[in-house]
Amino acid sequence: MRAIISVIGDDRKGIIAKVCACLYEREVNVLDITQTLLQEYFTMVMLVDLKDCTCSFEALQTALTQVGQEMGLSIRIQNEEIFNAMHRV
Amino acid sequence: MLNQRDILQTIRMIDKQHLDIRTITMGISLQDCAHPDPKRCSEKIYGKITKYAKELVKTGETIEREMGIPIVNKRISVTPIAMVAESCETEDYVSFARALDQAAADCGVNFIGGFSALVHKGCTVGDQRLIASIPAALAQTERVCASVNVATTKAGINMDAVAQMGQIIKETASLTAKQDGLGCAKLVVFANAVEDNPFMAGAFHGVGEPECVINVGVSGPGVVHHALQQVKGAPFDVVAESIKKTAFQVTRMGQLVAQEASARLGVPFGVVDLSLAPTPAVGDSVARILEEMGLETCGTHGTTAALALLNDAVKKGGVMASGHVGGLSGAFIPVSEDEGMIAAARTGVLSLEKLEAMTCVCSVGLDMIAVPGDTAAETLSAIIADEVAIGVVNQKTTAVRLIPAPGKVVGDQVEFGCLLGSAPVMEVRKPSSAAFIRRGGRIPAPLHSLRN
Repeated sequence: MRAIISVIGDDRKGIIAKVCACLYEREVNVLDITQTLLQEYFTMVMLVDLKDCTCSFEALQTALTQVGQEMGLSIRIQNEEIFNAMHRV
Repeated sequence: MLNQRDILQTIRMIDKQHLDIRTITMGISLQDCAHPDPKRCSEKIYGKITKYAKELVKTGETIEREMGIPIVNKRISVTPIAMVAESCETEDYVSFARALDQAAADCGVNFIGGFSALVHKGCTVGDQRLIASIPAALAQTERVCASVNVATTKAGINMDAVAQMGQIIKETASLTAKQDGLGCAKLVVFANAVEDNPFMAGAFHGVGEPECVINVGVSGPGVVHHALQQVKGAPFDVVAESIKKTAFQVTRMGQLVAQEASARLGVPFGVVDLSLAPTPAVGDSVARILEEMGLETCGTHGTTAALALLNDAVKKGGVMASGHVGGLSGAFIPVSEDEGMIAAARTGVLSLEKLEAMTCVCSVGLDMIAVPGDTAAETLSAIIADEVAIGVVNQKTTAVRLIPAPGKVVGDQVEFGCLLGSAPVMEVRKPSSAAFIRRGGRIPAPLHSLRN
């Protein structure tokens, strides 16, 4: 499964590092990444491949939520298909 | 990769605009559960539902987690119980309602629909027994929903059944008086009932349906409202286009969830129901969409036209996004379940008569309306007759879900809680319709039903 990870919140150092470390520990491959900063408001969107992921989707979701809580960010992971369905004809 | 703006738009729709899947409903045929021994029949009903729907809630929750989209309700609809129980040697059908209730509880669903009878041309023995059992069944169970189809465009209106349903609604209210007549919130009287409706309280698994099926009901009044806020003052052509685009996106999501649920449960996909189903939450109201079009309060002059546009645009936008569209598909206007409708009814601008006019151009009907507790059964029947006549003549589904709240008068408030919301008691006309209802018989089908 491919998934979209979105990270939204106040900008601070180490956001990408922490999120990527969390993914690396679980063998999640990052396929694409974009980020923008709008008035101190940090938004990052990653496309990841969960093919080799060593844990369940639920466990990965919990781990990412925990990283988000530690850094005061909203981090979510969703199946890519929902975005394809809504925005691609 | 996908456009970041699109991704964030979807997240905003879910987070801020109440975008959700309103229900995944599993339809289950109980046609093979008939048995002369009522106890054995109940066991078969319970056994089949719990076998088929065992994984429904768990699967729904997994999809919800993976997609990041709330799936508010997981529900079950079954073959009209009047048919399943007809060959049983008992007159009391409450035990079947208990079996449904227990099965729903053990599957973890909050409502199960199908304590139903289809009597548009007349009643069988089983239909009569079921209808007579409705008040006790709804009072003694928590999750069971009942419905009775009293009219179709093809058959006309069964006025004997219409008369009886007025009495049944009164009895149901009386048996659930401590909860403001809550039982009536689980009882729908239909014209042209559909066989694949996933929404409660009117869902049942029709006789033309397969063994088991997954139907999905989408929602999204908040998303449509938000879209219209971006086109303030624009002509109606622009309004219609905005609604269509939004409905398309919402329905695509519904289609995806329906396909996933169908594949994971190994059950065929039936339909996506393109309905704008409101909730009592602020920002999730159909009335507020109508007001966004330029009406000061929902219910004022122009409301019917606004609703007609909304209903049509939702269908046009949604129909291309799904392989199979069905159910009720249109905007719902349940008073107690819509924050804007509640507010409009409280001010007195939204009347029963205006709601009746609105039902001519949308799905479904006079829905979740509290009326004074002392309203005569014949008056309730006459309200039903008016509403089903609209359905019969316009070849559409209409429904009536009235709550004659015991002890309450016009202006009082009725509280049902959760999704069922709260409703101000609305005024009904005082002059009697009793002699009209007492006539009985059938109102013939309209001329345009003869299409062969």
